Amino acid sequence: MNYRLIVNIAISLLKARWRQTLVAAIGVTFSITMFIALLSFMTGLNGLLDSLILNRTSHVRIYNDIKPAKHQPVTLVPGNKAAHNFIHSVKSASGRLEIYNSAAILDLLHHDGRVLGVAPKIIAPVFFNAGTIDITGVVNGIDVQAESSLFHFNDYIVAGNALDLKNVPNSIILGKGVAEKLLAELGDVVQVTTSQGEMMPLKVVGYFQSGLQDFDKVQCYTSINTAQKLLGKPNNYLTDIQIKLHDLNGAPAVAREYGGLFQADTEDIQTANSQFETGSFIRTLISYSVGITLLIVAGFGIYNILNMMIYEKMDAIAIMKATGFSGTDVNRIFIVIALSIGLAGGSVGLILGYILSVVINHIPFKTAALPTISTFPVNYNPVFYVIATVFSLVTTYLAGFFPARKASRVDPVVIIRGK
Amino acid sequence: MSEVILQATHIKKYFHDPVTVPVLNDLSLSVNKGEFVSVVGKSGCGKSTLLYVLSTMDTDYEGELWIEQERVTGQKEKQLARIRNEKIGFVFQFHYLLNEFSVLKNVMLPGLKLNKYSAEEIEHRAMERLKMLYIDDLALKGANQLSGGQKQRVAIARALINDPAIIMGDEPTGNLDKKNGQIVFDIFKELATHYHQTLLIVTHDPEFAENTNRIIEMEDGRVIRH
Repeated sequence: MNYRLIVNIAISLLKARWRQTLVAAIGVTFSITMFIALLSFMTGLNGLLDSLILNRTSHVRIYNDIKPAKHQPVTLVPGNKAAHNFIHSVKSASGRLEIYNSAAILDLLHHDGRVLGVAPKIIAPVFFNAGTIDITGVVNGIDVQAESSLFHFNDYIVAGNALDLKNVPNSIILGKGVAEKLLAELGDVVQVTTSQGEMMPLKVVGYFQSGLQDFDKVQCYTSINTAQKLLGKPNNYLTDIQIKLHDLNGAPAVAREYGGLFQADTEDIQTANSQFETGSFIRTLISYSVGITLLIVAGFGIYNILNMMIYEKMDAIAIMKATGFSGTDVNRIFIVIALSIGLAGGSVGLILGYILSVVINHIPFKTAALPTISTFPVNYNPVFYVIATVFSLVTTYLAGFFPARKASRVDPVVIIRGK
Repeated sequence: MSEVILQATHIKKYFHDPVTVPVLNDLSLSVNKGEFVSVVGKSGCGKSTLLYVLSTMDTDYEGELWIEQERVTGQKEKQLARIRNEKIGFVFQFHYLLNEFSVLKNVMLPGLKLNKYSAEEIEHRAMERLKMLYIDDLALKGANQLSGGQKQRVAIARALINDPAIIMGDEPTGNLDKKNGQIVFDIFKELATHYHQTLLIVTHDPEFAENTNRIIEMEDGRVIRH
């Protein structure tokens, strides 16, 4: 088989119809460009929305919930096993919210190979006293460094410095919404009252803005020590341990294991945020279907142009067959034509798609909800480029397949006789 | 008796559309090496149909066809293409050059397809044949820039590129004026006498036929004189 000759003939046929070829190639270029730009942009946005949640959510969270004892005394009595229990007034005991033996747990977690990092936390509901009114809020006692490295705490500080929580004693970072309600400036002192009635003045060292309004209206941050002081608890008091794992997908199994091991409640990210995974899946699906539709439309463009070319080139096909080219040769010539349109249009499309992505990435995008974002997010995943290349070749091959088969079946006698 | 190049025995062919009509009726003929044969007959007597059967392009017939002692009947499409490429040169009534290519490339294409010689050698051979037909100065022109007579001469050069066993022509002078027709005939005549090229030409020009070695006359799908 003489491939050089076939490619040579294909190129000559293309050159003779370069305008149509160009239109077909531009169709492919356009669809590949849009495919790449669309997917990069959509998955960039997806990543942004996901990270809104993912960045701030621990993979596994260990805590003690307020709830009635699983095994009530009445059911523990052996004689009551078969009896019907009609006690309706069972209440949750005022059990301790703290995690038992937290120091030992932290030590064990630090040595677990699956664990990327651990951030202890104290969550305490409080009142902020401003003049005559009390505003409810939640104080999170955090380890600033662990919180910053694992949950990008730094990114959400819009004024002040996160590290001041650690360096300035009795300091607090207010949620933006809380700060607005309290009219608290940096350096002001706010009065905080715990649910037990303890009162404490705290100095404002920063504002926190997550982008979720409801969140910012209640959440405030102090160091763990300050929270322990505020609540009047000893320095091993922790209510939450947040864990980030190396492998996100292992979270449910790890959560179950720790729940049994530490005799505490555990929650994994998949259970806590099942809705967001569905959301990002649907968005990705939509972008892929739009992108692939574009490619298929371009494929039909190539199909049309090849079909037209074959009708125009009937004589040429007949004469090639009469002078000794077989149906297979003719078929290959047209497949080569289709693939070279796909290849040329596709590779220009890849470049333009990249350029368009860069342009999108530089469009200013400022919103109060996303303080860390200044331009539209774009995901430069090479996988999209691979998919686009493969798909452009596959669609152009299919678009060329049927016209090429038709060309290979042209009967030279019919053409020559019909003249 | 000299070597038989082309032998057809008991060829029958029918057209099925719209009703089944016999076109070739138990027709047998043979062509020897070096013969210049013309096929004549009235319009519709089946002489073109016969040529397409003999040229292996039409495979829908009964009977047997041999080219250079090779049985052609029943061969696969790919084999037939190779036989056409290697052993048969074509000249049609309408010139059927590929307009996308230059004259030289048109002549070279069947040679490149055969792939027996290197590209340089094929180019050299193509130029030789163009010179032989006094059209070497047209080599680099586009095929659509030529006149009818020139195109037909290029078609003859193309037919000669692979040194075919036989050249077949379907009214090669039918579309040409008197002068160009004469030039084409003279080329055929010279090919037959000087190069001992076997030629089988379908024509309805009696003057053309008179000057060939042998005339096969057809009527209603039969050979009535040869």
